[in-house]
Amino acid sequence: MNPLTTCLVGVSPPAAFLAAVDWHGMLFLLFALIACGGAVMVALTDNVVRMALHLVLSLAATAGLFFLAGAEFVGSMQLMIYVGGTLVLLVFGVMLTAQTKLVALRTPAADRVVAGILAAALLAVLVQSAVSIESWRRPGRAETQPPTATPIGMALVGVRVDSPPETAESRPRSGYLLPFEIVSVHLLVVLVGAAYLARAKRRKTPRPIDILASADPPPPPPAASADRPATSILVGSDT
Amino acid sequence: MADFLIDTIGMPAWLAWATTAGVAAFLILNVIAGGALVFIWAERKIAARIQDRLGPTRTGGRFGWLQSLADGIKLLAKEDLMPEGADTLLFRLAPYVSFCASFCAFIALPFAFDVVGQRLNVGVFFVIAVLGLEVFGVILAGYASASKWSLFGAMREAAQVVSYEVPLGMCVVVPVMLAGSMDLVTIGEKQAGWMTNWYLFHDPFTFVIFWVYFTCAVASVNRAPFDLAEAESELVAGFHTEYSGLRWSFFFMAEYGSMFLVSGLAAILFLGGWNGPIPVAELLGWSDGVAGKAPYAVRLLGCGNLLLKASAGVLLMMWIRWTLPRLRIDQVMTTCLKYCTPIAAVMFAGVMLWQLFLPGGLTAAGRPRAAAVREGWLESSSGSPAADNVGSDRIHRAQIAGVAE
Repeated sequence: MNPLTTCLVGVSPPAAFLAAVDWHGMLFLLFALIACGGAVMVALTDNVVRMALHLVLSLAATAGLFFLAGAEFVGSMQLMIYVGGTLVLLVFGVMLTAQTKLVALRTPAADRVVAGILAAALLAVLVQSAVSIESWRRPGRAETQPPTATPIGMALVGVRVDSPPETAESRPRSGYLLPFEIVSVHLLVVLVGAAYLARAKRRKTPRPIDILASADPPPPPPAASADRPATSILVGSDT
Repeated sequence: MADFLIDTIGMPAWLAWATTAGVAAFLILNVIAGGALVFIWAERKIAARIQDRLGPTRTGGRFGWLQSLADGIKLLAKEDLMPEGADTLLFRLAPYVSFCASFCAFIALPFAFDVVGQRLNVGVFFVIAVLGLEVFGVILAGYASASKWSLFGAMREAAQVVSYEVPLGMCVVVPVMLAGSMDLVTIGEKQAGWMTNWYLFHDPFTFVIFWVYFTCAVASVNRAPFDLAEAESELVAGFHTEYSGLRWSFFFMAEYGSMFLVSGLAAILFLGGWNGPIPVAELLGWSDGVAGKAPYAVRLLGCGNLLLKASAGVLLMMWIRWTLPRLRIDQVMTTCLKYCTPIAAVMFAGVMLWQLFLPGGLTAAGRPRAAAVREGWLESSSGSPAADNVGSDRIHRAQIAGVAE
């Protein structure tokens, strides 16, 4: 079955059992179970922060699956983007549920039914498409070259080193430079837009508290409030 | 090591792999725990000296060097309290999340050539990604404690860590670019030889960016002057206000582990890793400069080098902590967004231009040329045990050579 079984000669039965186990498959099952269990728990939990925790668990187990498959770059990406991104989600969850009003989110029964139907339909589609692929039906480990991030990086700047060299008659293989640039410009636009929306706005009309605090005429809006960073809410002593 | 156990002793493969993993985990755990003991003692002594005191003097003899052990026993004996409104599961879980994140990052940190838990092709990226997860434990602790001080501390920490990941990532990219690899082992080995080969002295931009990196590293592990998450004078003790006993000590072990980790990362990325300032082993003829063939004694020497450099980094952090006052949250954000990020960006561009026009640098002696650096990833990948298809590798090499021309 695997090279582990070849060094079985003269080993006691429990050891033989241990050696005969396909550890790769076992670890795959373990990570897959954690991922699926975490996903189910996200749907079943009421508390937003615990939901985020289960989501993190599920996503981290997915990263573990990537590492198990030897895709270190994708696994690290998974950790960085998804698990790290859930961090921000968690922060929002904490901010929302710091008041006791929203600690428990109850889902109506009708919503549960609709969500269940939707999830079952999606699952059916995914399973059907996964089973329909011929080469995925039997277990097997592809013999590939050692996975490195460098071909991806080179391809991102337009040089393909992950494929056989192009011959004279074949079309030249293009890298991912154009998609990469489009995505990065898109992200830049999104960031600029977010900064524009979140900027400290200058008030047209003074706040009532400003009118109360001073005699008329109403003073111009204080510059300090416009310059205050958005994070000042975290100081706690604010306003 | 697993290969050695299988081939020489004749151990079954599963046992060999399990032993190897166990030994690696044991060693890393002891580096963190033992390191924390030593560093807590050092912190007490340094703080005392900076404040013109003596610090611990009695426990364990002359310098009070057993003080941390006494502290540990005291922590074990402490009552384990939990606030009434606490979220029990999360409250219990939070310290372990913090500690596990710190511990996991050590897996990819090499202590000498190939003396590493698991050599990852994207080692730097992995370490940075996992290091960012430590804040999860802090946020969970702050939320689950049901105390507003804890919550404020956790929120501050979240804002700070998320912000400082940007300049930190930018600083880390520079050595990656110079080495042409994200593999920490390769990056360290590229700086072999004399001290002038260290990336710190590669060009003026890297010299500046090292200090930016160090600032961001201090901020990302929440040490003073960036320790707003536990600001004693404002927030009682911040996110660990409600913790006591062993759980509290887990937070501390995670903190000291992270300090050691970012210092070790700084040593590998900028300070030559396990290569000493003078290539002693080569001069004495113990090794012929090819790291993969160096005897184990030389690697042990390298381990000592790296531990020394990382400890120096931790001591520097302590010095900073007891010298500078704590920043306000808006000052922390200003430091990150208005200073660290632009400086890092400009230095990044500078290193890029330097690499383009002066690839050898001013101290070119002994450093591999740019073309050789470009091919580095091929050497490193063909050196790994799974590289069996030499044919495609040769094709790649030819292609890269074509690109380089």
